[in-house]
Amino acid sequence: MTSTRDWLLEDSPTSLWQANAGRAYRVFMALLRNPLSALGGVIILVLILTAIFAPWIAPFSATGQNLQARLLPPSGVNLMGTDELGRDIFSRVIYGSQITLTIVGLVALISAPLGLLVGAVAGYFGGWTDRLLMGFTDIFLSMPKLILALAFVAALGPGINNAIIAIAITSWPAYARIARAETLTIRNAEFIQAVQLQGANPLRVIVQHILPLCTSSMIVRVTLDMAGVILTAAGLGFIGLGAQPPLPEWGAMISRGRTFILDQWWVATMPGFAIIIVSLGFCFLGDGLRDVLDPKSEGK
Amino acid sequence: MTVFLTFLGLLAITFFIGRVIPIDPVLAVVGDRASNAVYEAARVQMGLDQPLPVQFFRYVVGVFTGDLGRSVSTGRSVVEDISRFFPATLEMATIGIIIGVVVGVPLGVIAASRQGSWIDQIIRIVGLLGYSMPAFWLGLVGLALFYARLRWVGGPGRLDIFYDGLVSPVTGLLLVDSLLAGEFDIFFNAITHLILPASVLGFFSLAYIARMTRSFMLDQLNQEFVTTARVKGVPERVVIWRHAFNPIRVQLITVIGLSYAGLLEGSVMIETVFSWPGIGNYLTTALLNADMNAVLGSTLVIGAVFIFINKISDVLYRVLDPRAR
Repeated sequence: MTSTRDWLLEDSPTSLWQANAGRAYRVFMALLRNPLSALGGVIILVLILTAIFAPWIAPFSATGQNLQARLLPPSGVNLMGTDELGRDIFSRVIYGSQITLTIVGLVALISAPLGLLVGAVAGYFGGWTDRLLMGFTDIFLSMPKLILALAFVAALGPGINNAIIAIAITSWPAYARIARAETLTIRNAEFIQAVQLQGANPLRVIVQHILPLCTSSMIVRVTLDMAGVILTAAGLGFIGLGAQPPLPEWGAMISRGRTFILDQWWVATMPGFAIIIVSLGFCFLGDGLRDVLDPKSEGK
Repeated sequence: MTVFLTFLGLLAITFFIGRVIPIDPVLAVVGDRASNAVYEAARVQMGLDQPLPVQFFRYVVGVFTGDLGRSVSTGRSVVEDISRFFPATLEMATIGIIIGVVVGVPLGVIAASRQGSWIDQIIRIVGLLGYSMPAFWLGLVGLALFYARLRWVGGPGRLDIFYDGLVSPVTGLLLVDSLLAGEFDIFFNAITHLILPASVLGFFSLAYIARMTRSFMLDQLNQEFVTTARVKGVPERVVIWRHAFNPIRVQLITVIGLSYAGLLEGSVMIETVFSWPGIGNYLTTALLNADMNAVLGSTLVIGAVFIFINKISDVLYRVLDPRAR
């Protein structure tokens, strides 16, 4: 078994694959050493597993109604009680993890590459391209994110897909700023000049040589931002502009429970705990990743 | 100049949102049974036959002359609606930021001066919760606990129904208006209603302010002049509050400005929970009724105030801190 470990920690890896695997292994081990980031990682892992195995974990269906079992308090059968249609809240929270994971994943997949590309292009070309793109970015950055997302959803129409688009539209500018800053520091590096002298076109330089170097700070930032994305998505759901009923989205569930908050507190409270735990998980993991991948900005 | 450009950008975005909506604004006015001629006449009257740049120019002129269109759901002009609802939001956000500063700054200072102690850990956890707790959820839990169970605070709304409409609005800020009218029981009733939503808002700014204060203070406490003061035998209280805290006051202004602007944004969620008749509630009601003029108008006003506050704190920083000049 030691041979696998030695192979991973080899000082002079013989292949790209070995180097990458070794780096991933070192990051993983460093994360485990910090209890909070390990906890964050575990929370996110549990979230992913819950989303995948929801049908097997959840004791009841997420949408199946049972009007004889309305608004039951938490018990051994219904761990988190039931809602106004007799649906098991625990099962709905379990299924809700699928929605949360979808939102988080898609927002990251849309906004991070978009921000990376805008920032890298602006930083690499400089001059007017830079001023134009960054001016645009700054306008977006100086505006309240939630309000802007609300206005976009209002225009596009309520629904989970439009909520994802609206959140992605308001999140990319921060990534563009980071990518630009990173690009400026490596733009004049010798290895970039070498590639340019070999005749690589700008597209190739940016995609093959600059973007890979921006990814680690981007991963840190995206992970840290995920808590905010979850809160915004839940907020849109709460107002009624995000996921539509009967989808078990956590924010929408809290909104349904509002009516009963004074007598049946569990209906609105339980999904809130799920939101807090998952958001905290992303915060912990992001903090840990920052310390490992991006030590220079520690404590910021 | 940058403020102007940013504001123009904001206008461009709201204009763009107003134009891409799948709802046909002409159809919304004339109804779907209107003949083609009526439809066309309404389209020309609304200026929608003009090229987009002309439409945008008219929109900008309209905004700068105080015309945001008419709200479909209230029937009043959007400007009138907003000036009616904005004071309620302003009142809540202001009390919120006062709570955030009065509690957050001392917490941050204490955390920094006892780095690593249990109190530092607690403040850290409070800060993290501020990042991961939905504001509307905390508001609901607060209502269930402090209003329904403990009866410590007033419920949703700005006043008990009994007092509603007894004070004529002068500033629109109930706390000020009731004092001006000499109605002290209304003043205290308004406080019982205001304290919970303002505290929830305050909690979120507190989390941010305490964290930033802590990191600014740590920077100062590691400086050599602080060590010198300690070596000279200056009492620890004086070292912390005079030597270390004084230099960071200017930085704190920026932080407080940022979180004040953030509170305006956060109030949208909180107002929905507390049925608070402010601009956030106006915005969400308009959103659900597809009342686009009201949506874009409130987005514009909140966005403009947000940009404005950020700019002011930026300028203040430059004026007050000689190093930034």
